[in-house]
Amino acid sequence: MSDTILDVRDIVVEYTTSREPARAVDHVSFTLDRGEFLGIVGESGCGKSTMLFAIAQLLTPPAQLVSGEVIFKGRNMVGLRGGELRSIRWRDYSVVMQSAMNALNPVKTVGAQFEDTMRAHGQGKTAGIRARSREVMALVGIDAIHLKSYPHQLSGGMRQRVMIAMALLLSPDLVVMDEPTSALDVVAQRSLMVQIKDLQKKLGFAVIFVTHDMSLVGHFSDRLAVMYAGKIVEIGPTRPLFAAPQHPYTRGLLESFPSVYGPKVQLKGIPGSPPDLTDLPSGCRFRPRCGQVMPRCAEIEPDLYPSGDTRSRCLLFEERA
Amino acid sequence: MDRNDHAPLLQTVGLTRHFRIGGLFSSAKLHAVDDLSLTIRPREIVAVVGESGSGKSTIARLLAKVYEPTDGDILFRGRSLHEVKSRRDLLAYRGEVPMVLQDPFASLNPVHTIGYTLDRGLALHQPKLTAAEREVEAIRALEAVGLSPARQVLAKYPHEMSGGQRQRIGFAQALSYKPKLVLADEPVSMLDVSIRIGVLNLMAKLCAEEGISFLYITHDIASARYVAHRIVVMYAGRVAETGPAEQVLHHPVHPYTRLLLSAVPDPKAPITITAADTGEPPRVVNPGPGCRFRQRCPLAIDICARVTPDLADTVPGHAAACHVTAPQAGLAA
Repeated sequence: MSDTILDVRDIVVEYTTSREPARAVDHVSFTLDRGEFLGIVGESGCGKSTMLFAIAQLLTPPAQLVSGEVIFKGRNMVGLRGGELRSIRWRDYSVVMQSAMNALNPVKTVGAQFEDTMRAHGQGKTAGIRARSREVMALVGIDAIHLKSYPHQLSGGMRQRVMIAMALLLSPDLVVMDEPTSALDVVAQRSLMVQIKDLQKKLGFAVIFVTHDMSLVGHFSDRLAVMYAGKIVEIGPTRPLFAAPQHPYTRGLLESFPSVYGPKVQLKGIPGSPPDLTDLPSGCRFRPRCGQVMPRCAEIEPDLYPSGDTRSRCLLFEERA
Repeated sequence: MDRNDHAPLLQTVGLTRHFRIGGLFSSAKLHAVDDLSLTIRPREIVAVVGESGSGKSTIARLLAKVYEPTDGDILFRGRSLHEVKSRRDLLAYRGEVPMVLQDPFASLNPVHTIGYTLDRGLALHQPKLTAAEREVEAIRALEAVGLSPARQVLAKYPHEMSGGQRQRIGFAQALSYKPKLVLADEPVSMLDVSIRIGVLNLMAKLCAEEGISFLYITHDIASARYVAHRIVVMYAGRVAETGPAEQVLHHPVHPYTRLLLSAVPDPKAPITITAADTGEPPRVVNPGPGCRFRQRCPLAIDICARVTPDLADTVPGHAAACHVTAPQAGLAA
């Protein structure tokens, strides 16, 4: 049996607009191994969350999966019916959203929401449900007394922990997370990241972690995919990608974070702003903001080429292909 | 010229703001800011760093006279803000100390052009200018923040501009009043990562070239270090530590500052992963005496629960409020 748990093949997602459809995810492919931690980073509007929703089969109109396959544990999830999806969700894969306050039901206690989830998946015995609920709360380090609490009685950090506990209720093989820490303060954020990583090591589930903050996943992900305007522009193992970023966009992003370590250096950021998805530049999408642009960049849409330890969507690496 | 040679531009003395919360008969008070003494000198960027609920935005609103203080005073160029009462004085003060807001998508009126927005502000805060002078001033401000061609920008509507450009409009508006001090409340937190640095560089440039001081309010201590001369670290409504930016970064004294620095996501950081502190928020409703960080503090001792620590200098200009790491003279630890 292969070690691949998820195989995303050439997916395209479009949003219907009054004019041209906006293609938020444009021919994205990657694979994920069992127990692997993949970080997906990019700026707002780059399609990272849309891609996550496409993988989790959570897209709702006006977003639509136009083509591509999502093979999860050997089965194509695209086109599965509601009932079939419901049986896989939570049990085989679960989703942790950005805002726990919106994802949790405000009029039900945490324990009641855990119970709903488990009953929907055929766990009928109350004693078993209670025991498992206490177990997952212990996993995320929250006193089981809070099973009786309502979401508003918990702090932001605790709510996100509850969401993660809920995602782990049925021991899934894959947990997809959409900016689960972005509403938290840095100390809470750091603590939650450490906890996610610990749980992942202990329980062995795979993680897809979407964030706009590249520095956040630096110590936690095994691999990293950088998205820009609907495409993966660089993908590779996390440490080499941080140590020697290849794509001009990745380099620009890394040079946009001031550091608290080392000497103070003048940073430049990246000039301009991300493109409008309904009005993309020809050729390379990063071309208008790129410091190393060449005339050919306007003519040829670059592919992903090997670039050191990573692969980059940039003509600078074309001859090595 | 050394910044220390100047008289303070703005100074707060024991500035305090409490909010009454709860029902009609509730006596619960939320201590948003307690006993703040802050000095901003000419040509200086001071960063106020803290997590949500630490009182940092309340400080900006007090200085902008959006809130009145519960206690204490604010002196702007030596004059108490209690004396600023008439509409004319208030407009003049807000022209000298304008505010740049966090959300560039909500802070510009979508039905008016940029030109109208800038002109309207100038008409209020610089009433002596003629319409033609106002336009010259608006164009100067747009060019100073790097928006060109300025004349075309004047005719645009907010929706025609990107987030980074809109935030620059916020700065242009503040700049057009020829301010002495700009209150910037999280001006980059809503912007994309690749655009933030440009706005921070703009603040540094306006300070260096136009001599404007900034109060930069942020939750991001790395960006505070990048742009500010001095850093004030807030915790639960009180100053935990204050000093020159590099000094605070490299020799943090207060345990909270150390915790904050260890939690900054930074790929250049050494990989020392500890999750002992889960970042639970402090109690700011009727907090009582004692250090507000003590429940989370690895160094807490008996006195921390009884006596609220005052700021004490560790070296001149660098102070922390901690009984253990910066003990005050006369108080036995």
